Amino acid sequence: MFTLFANNWPTYLSGFGYTIAASVLALIASLILGTVFALLEVSESRALRGLASTYIEIFRNIPLLVVTMVFYLVIPMYVVKINGFTAGTIGLSLYTSAFIAETIRSGINAVRSGQMEGARSNGMTYIEAMRYVILPQAFRFSLPALGNQFVNLVKNSSVLSFVAGFDLMYQADSIAFSTYQVLPSYLIVGIFYLILTMPLSYYMKHLEKGGRKQDV
Amino acid sequence: MSSFVQAYQWVNLRFLLQGFWLTIEVSLISITVSFMLGLILGTLRFSRIRYVSALEGFMIDLIRNLPLLLIIFFTYFGLPQLGIRVSPFGAAVSALVIFESAMISEIVRGGLAAIDPGQMEGARSNGMSYVQAMVHVIIPQALTKMIPALLSQFVSLVKDTSLATIILLPEMLYRAQIIYSQNSTYMIPMYLMISILYFAICFTLSQLAKRLARRLA
Amino acid sequence: MRKVTKALLVSLLALFMAGCGKPRGNEYHQIVKTKTITWGIKTDTRLFGLLSVKSGKEEGFELDLARAMTKQMLGPTGQAKFVQTTAKTKIPLLLSRSVDVVLATMTITSARQKIVAFTHPYFAAGQSILVKDSSPIKGIKSLNRRGIVVLAVKGTTAVDNMKKFAPKARVQEYDDYVQAFAALKSGQGDAMTTDNGILAGIASENRGYHLAGKTFTDEPYGMALNKHQPDLRNALNKSLAVLKQNGTYRRLVEKWFTGIKGFSVKEAEH
Repeated sequence: MFTLFANNWPTYLSGFGYTIAASVLALIASLILGTVFALLEVSESRALRGLASTYIEIFRNIPLLVVTMVFYLVIPMYVVKINGFTAGTIGLSLYTSAFIAETIRSGINAVRSGQMEGARSNGMTYIEAMRYVILPQAFRFSLPALGNQFVNLVKNSSVLSFVAGFDLMYQADSIAFSTYQVLPSYLIVGIFYLILTMPLSYYMKHLEKGGRKQDV
Repeated sequence: MSSFVQAYQWVNLRFLLQGFWLTIEVSLISITVSFMLGLILGTLRFSRIRYVSALEGFMIDLIRNLPLLLIIFFTYFGLPQLGIRVSPFGAAVSALVIFESAMISEIVRGGLAAIDPGQMEGARSNGMSYVQAMVHVIIPQALTKMIPALLSQFVSLVKDTSLATIILLPEMLYRAQIIYSQNSTYMIPMYLMISILYFAICFTLSQLAKRLARRLA
Repeated sequence: MRKVTKALLVSLLALFMAGCGKPRGNEYHQIVKTKTITWGIKTDTRLFGLLSVKSGKEEGFELDLARAMTKQMLGPTGQAKFVQTTAKTKIPLLLSRSVDVVLATMTITSARQKIVAFTHPYFAAGQSILVKDSSPIKGIKSLNRRGIVVLAVKGTTAVDNMKKFAPKARVQEYDDYVQAFAALKSGQGDAMTTDNGILAGIASENRGYHLAGKTFTDEPYGMALNKHQPDLRNALNKSLAVLKQNGTYRRLVEKWFTGIKGFSVKEAEH
């Protein structure tokens, strides 16, 4: 296993880079999209609420792999050519944004009652109240849940390997089936994934515990 | 447009529905087994038995933090090396069970931790043993609170069955790919169809979760 | 933190040790005793081994050949069991003994011979490329340019050959032929490359695609088995020779490959 890594480390590292890049890009995109759809979901317009919940339900209930395949295979046929990395990152962003929207929405609901009226009676508009009072608190409230979504996102980025996205899993495959050392190759990428996910999920656990103590 | 209709001819639909059935079958088996395992593992971890809980907790965290795809490869290529010949079906189910029971055990542990510790003391002072108090008092209460989280985990499980296409499990996605490989115009109709089918299962489950969450809140 | 690292290393090591193989018995005796041969076959390769939408079963030249071989080796009561493999999984599945013999468009190469054993060849293929009819690509030479993307399947000899014949092109690898061809259709690459028989199978079913240029490698297919199994190897070779002699082999080649565009039955026979 160690010689396998010694012989192939540039390949593993490049996969590691692609995995990190896809995760970070998708995190940013899905945070933005997720916040927008969460705001639409709590808005006063029925049409906007309907639009948001349709979007959320669609992406929550269809497998990520199917979403990614559609972006990789169908969109280039009719709309615009996109490569595997891009298609995978778009799929990841849309899929994760639906979960993030749900998380932020429940954060907004948890802090909104009372606060909104207070802010409005102080002369803020609805948008101002959201922007300066509700959203910052909602984010803080849902931070542990958001962190879990990010851990999921990193793990889910492995679907890039289906569409030649050059990520960790794709490189592991490539090395596994050219050296025939299948299990060792997968063990190595397993460690790489753990380097990303383990600290994050322990930190989130720590936050959750801290948050609970503060509440009491 | 005519190819759209043609794509849904009975031969294709039948082929796809066999995969739909397999998806349901794999999901049901995995849900049942991983729920039971997750319940046991979560309770064990919550009970803080020296060394056992710590080691178990570490293994669970390890599994929870790996991509499911990787675990599927481990069961598919690893189990035969232990002398167990597995079919794609067996490998997929065991990977799903390993991964999902780790996820579910976390939900269970969290649910148990949310129960007021006073309940345990009360039950114990009424003469119940620790195990009796867990089985009769704590776990039933925690379970009702966990139902929404559990159901959404089951939704994830159903969606995750699609990953088993990588080890050639002939489920829905795999069959859709075979169909459109024979006629490229079938690609969109096929993705549309399986999206609808996945949506049908998952949406039903997640609506159930929402309704239960509302009733229990 | 140090404890965590230590525990991590120990558990990974345990997993790794568990993965090391055990001594193997005589696989031929096992096969004769159970009267069953487990064949690793393809499900994504038209003409050779493809899951049929109509029947829901795998069909193709290699499936028929495996059945004929089974009967020849074990008599009329012999059972052929099929395990689906892809280009990338066939050797791991053989090494882990999930299958007894791989009969899945597998080229005999010296690199592979270090890891597994082969029978005599049963099919003569050669690497070729598949392009859209409108493509300017005329053959392997036009692929050797920067900016060209070639689609191939993980674990095939085609991937390695591209490094030799078109080192400037970028190769993207997929899990099976179904996905690689879907990617070609979606315009994710300029050409798809693998053996001519496989590409001819795809072109025969999909209008608008053709094989560009001649084959540029020799890819003799052999059945693969684990090393140090001389009894099994001899039995397979003997049966293959009998099938070639009594005309069964020829009948199967003609059944599957007659009239396939860009493909000659004569060249295929070995």
